[in-house]
Amino acid sequence: MKTRPNYLAGAGAFIWLAIVAVPLYVMLSATFQTRAEFGDNGPLSFPSSFTLQNYVDAISSGFGRYFLNTVIVTLGVVGLVLLLVPPLSYAIVRSQSRAATAIFRLFLLGLAIPAQAVIVPVFYLINTVGLYDNLLGVILPTAAFALPICTIILSGTMRDITPDLYEAMAMDGASPARAFLRLVLPLSKGGLSTIAVFSALQAWNGFLFPLILTQSESTRVVTLGLFNFQTQFGINIPGLLAAVTLSMVPVLLAYLFARRALVQGLMGAGGK
Amino acid sequence: MTTTLANRRRPERAGGPEKGRPARRGGSSSSRPGFVWALPATIFFGLFALVPLVAVAVLSFTSWSGLGDPKFVGLKNWEALFEDPVMLQSLWLSLLFIALGIITQTPLSILLGVWAAGNQKNRAILSAIYFVPLLLSSAAISVLWRALLDPNFGIPGQLSWLFGDGNLLGTQTGAIAVLIFVGMWQFTPFHTLIYQGAARQIPPVLYQAASIDGAGTVRQFFSITLPQLKNSIITSVILMVVGGLTTFETVLILTNGGPGTGTTITAFHMYQEAFRRFDFGTGSAIALVLVVISTAISFAVVRVSGYDKMRSSMEGL
Repeated sequence: MKTRPNYLAGAGAFIWLAIVAVPLYVMLSATFQTRAEFGDNGPLSFPSSFTLQNYVDAISSGFGRYFLNTVIVTLGVVGLVLLLVPPLSYAIVRSQSRAATAIFRLFLLGLAIPAQAVIVPVFYLINTVGLYDNLLGVILPTAAFALPICTIILSGTMRDITPDLYEAMAMDGASPARAFLRLVLPLSKGGLSTIAVFSALQAWNGFLFPLILTQSESTRVVTLGLFNFQTQFGINIPGLLAAVTLSMVPVLLAYLFARRALVQGLMGAGGK
Repeated sequence: MTTTLANRRRPERAGGPEKGRPARRGGSSSSRPGFVWALPATIFFGLFALVPLVAVAVLSFTSWSGLGDPKFVGLKNWEALFEDPVMLQSLWLSLLFIALGIITQTPLSILLGVWAAGNQKNRAILSAIYFVPLLLSSAAISVLWRALLDPNFGIPGQLSWLFGDGNLLGTQTGAIAVLIFVGMWQFTPFHTLIYQGAARQIPPVLYQAASIDGAGTVRQFFSITLPQLKNSIITSVILMVVGGLTTFETVLILTNGGPGTGTTITAFHMYQEAFRRFDFGTGSAIALVLVVISTAISFAVVRVSGYDKMRSSMEGL
């Protein structure tokens, strides 16, 4: 009964589609035009020529290095999250100690701590341990701030494992570690891929920690590279937009191939 | 019955459903993980999030320029903060940003979310496109919009009948409008997702009953959909409050707090004090103000809406 077409809502939905899509179209079309053509025709015109020069410019201006740095940070963050969150969620779901409950509350509370609030002490800490201007110094706090949401997501998945299965494992005399490796991990694959994709997105798009904790070009990540590129070459709009486009490509590819995991992660971030 | 007895005798086999059942004290059996399993992550999180939260309070009573050790200065930073006109203005601006963000994004994302909750194929495809801005970094979005709104080469230059001289970021009103619009472009998909998920949870029987009673689509929306979405609206508004207070990248890249201090909201002011003027004591004090305000507003929203008393949105079903 909800299949009756609603024309007014449909029209509104198409207006919003235009608002979302037109800027992205302008961005793409600008990147394939020469600077002169873009300047003459204006952003909303259809491109009359085609060039890849802007992408060449963007890559040759150091974006390759920034990409590599972002990939390192992303892999580091995902690795840490996958190392730390599964045992934590396992304890939260299966342990009967009060400490585990208290720890879960702590992470729920942690969900509300904005990175801005603690950036000065984190800066102090990273400086003190000598990780300033080091990618590891970016990886550690970025991973820490991904933990609360990932824990909530993965605990949700692990709660769905039925108690009978644990009981069967226990009957066979399996230790908690064995149950974790043989039962919990294999049955939480969906949750594990969700937290991997979600923390990767956080790391890929991260800005505040790299901004505060790195300085030199050799440790610059893509998001900072964009910011820097804009302040230096703000007038070369096609080149700038080519860099922006490049920064989006991996995420959009991930969206094509891991859409479910991404949407679930973001739902977990908002729905709980 | 036999199972229960067996469980009692051999607690290591106790694996009954624990959902909704209070944990038995001291009943942690050998087949269950101890809380030790939770320790690595907890220590790690504590080090980078919880300890700094305490440290930021301590640092707000110190003077530190990034070199050497912080020196205790008592209430000096706080006194200076209360007399800082930019700080007071930044608080008003932050509240304005939050209010405008809620006003622009909430109705839009409710409508889009409820619309997208339908099962039609075209809605699924459009929702997938709506979702795209949410995947992009704030940095990329801000750089993109700054380029699109460039007074010389951007859209305003081409549509001068609509935008006048085209220098949207040159006036305070224009700059605020741009930031609110870009915030809407970026975050509406997120809130739409919340409402889409919630709208799908609404039992269809409610709509069937309403249409038997002769209620039209609009009436159904206001009498069923909106009340059923109450909890999601609260969640979404709280997230907007916290998100609005901590908006930073868009301000830094799009307006740099300007023109003048026209868009210097509190989070950006904190960054300037700490990392541009290297006054980390004052920066910490502002950070603490941010934490207190966002917590207070979130609690207030929960209280005023009665969210804490009402456990289920399905009451009366």
